[in-house]
Amino acid sequence: MKSPQFDYVRPGSLDQVLDLLAEHGDEAQVIAGGQSLVPTMNMRLAAPSVLVDVNHVPGLAGVELCGKWLRIGALTRHAEIACSPEVARHAPLLARAAPYIAHEAIRNRGTFGGSVATADPASEWPACCLTLGARIHLASRKGTRTIPAEDFFEGVYQTAIEPHELITHVEVPAAADGMLYGFDELARRKGDYAIVGLAVQARIGAKGPMKLLRRNDQRLSEVRLGFFGVAETPVLAQQAAAALEGRPLDAESIQAAQSALADDLQPLSDLYTSAEAKTHMTRVLLGRVLHALSGDHSA
Amino acid sequence: MSDINYELNLTVNGERGSFRVSPRLSLADFLREELHLTGTHVGCEQGACGACTVRYNGDQVRACLMYAVQAEGAEVETIEGITESGELAALQEAFHRNNALQCGFCTPGMLIAAADLLKHNPSPDRDQIRAGISGNYCRCTGYHSIVDAVAETCSGGTKEATQ
Repeated sequence: MKSPQFDYVRPGSLDQVLDLLAEHGDEAQVIAGGQSLVPTMNMRLAAPSVLVDVNHVPGLAGVELCGKWLRIGALTRHAEIACSPEVARHAPLLARAAPYIAHEAIRNRGTFGGSVATADPASEWPACCLTLGARIHLASRKGTRTIPAEDFFEGVYQTAIEPHELITHVEVPAAADGMLYGFDELARRKGDYAIVGLAVQARIGAKGPMKLLRRNDQRLSEVRLGFFGVAETPVLAQQAAAALEGRPLDAESIQAAQSALADDLQPLSDLYTSAEAKTHMTRVLLGRVLHALSGDHSA
Repeated sequence: MSDINYELNLTVNGERGSFRVSPRLSLADFLREELHLTGTHVGCEQGACGACTVRYNGDQVRACLMYAVQAEGAEVETIEGITESGELAALQEAFHRNNALQCGFCTPGMLIAAADLLKHNPSPDRDQIRAGISGNYCRCTGYHSIVDAVAETCSGGTKEATQ
């Protein structure tokens, strides 16, 4: 099917975008990569009267290290993130996740901010943002505000963004020494939406100056396990993470984390996969990612 | 809201042109209906099948997931232009030799995706080839002969090297 009619505007500055959003409110829809929006419009599930194309707004794209945070412009394409040396160095979780996003032609066009704003329960960036403790930066005519990822994702395609607001950039904490990152997902075919997916962050060994004194300490801390495709939003598996805290990453602790998962997640069934199957898959996936990380680490 | 015609200036296959378009017209429909470049096929219109793959400022994109009006100032290359440049000749011959098409509907998109893969990775293994064309559906061949054709192209056209 084809999109319904709409008016199209191509603002050349952030100020113009914010003016347009203030003027049109929820009648307006921002288009960045359009890789989710255009299909939605073609299927007539969305019919905005004004499309605000932000692709020509300067300053919205690019990746930059700012102190202890990596700043990712909302208009940065998935493909840029996949091959960015800054991302590989300072946000290895994002570098690992990027190849799982759809296909090359989609990654060339789709944007980081667009994916975060769309908040599809099965998409990779929201889960990475939650796992890393990202901060989402919004701008509007009323000013700017910053929302932690924990408070940002509210439901299926629902976020804390107000109709007059635009995501300008997202900050993720820059990777520090001793941090481990893992990512994997299960899908029917490569590039399909994940049935279940998992982003992992953990510190191994002591932190800061204690590192020298406790060189042989291989215990885990700051464990965050961000599952997606299992609920209306990405979720942190708190009990499973707690089962790993303070323990070395080995077969025993991994099994403890898998057992604890039942208290964390009650996956929703979807059209293709039952809740029971998803529950099983979350356990398998957690085991896979943690075992891969333990291999990485000892190597 | 209206069907006001919006101005569009872009370069398609090396030729600059100025047009007036409705904003709801997809880039794929613009190429087919305004420019009669019907090698860009329209399948699913939701980004799943890859039949409408074109190059946009040098990168492969879905022409069904962009509005033509967004392509202001852009350089678009379609299967017609890329074929004419000779860039695809080896791939096209390998597709022919390996029966890597039956109905041909997916072939333009498949060739552009394969060429893009070989640009970034001149000697992919079979798994990498499968990943590279994973965004393009073929409903005839079962993909095996397409993977053969791409593998044969990067091994310099020698059949035994792909076995």
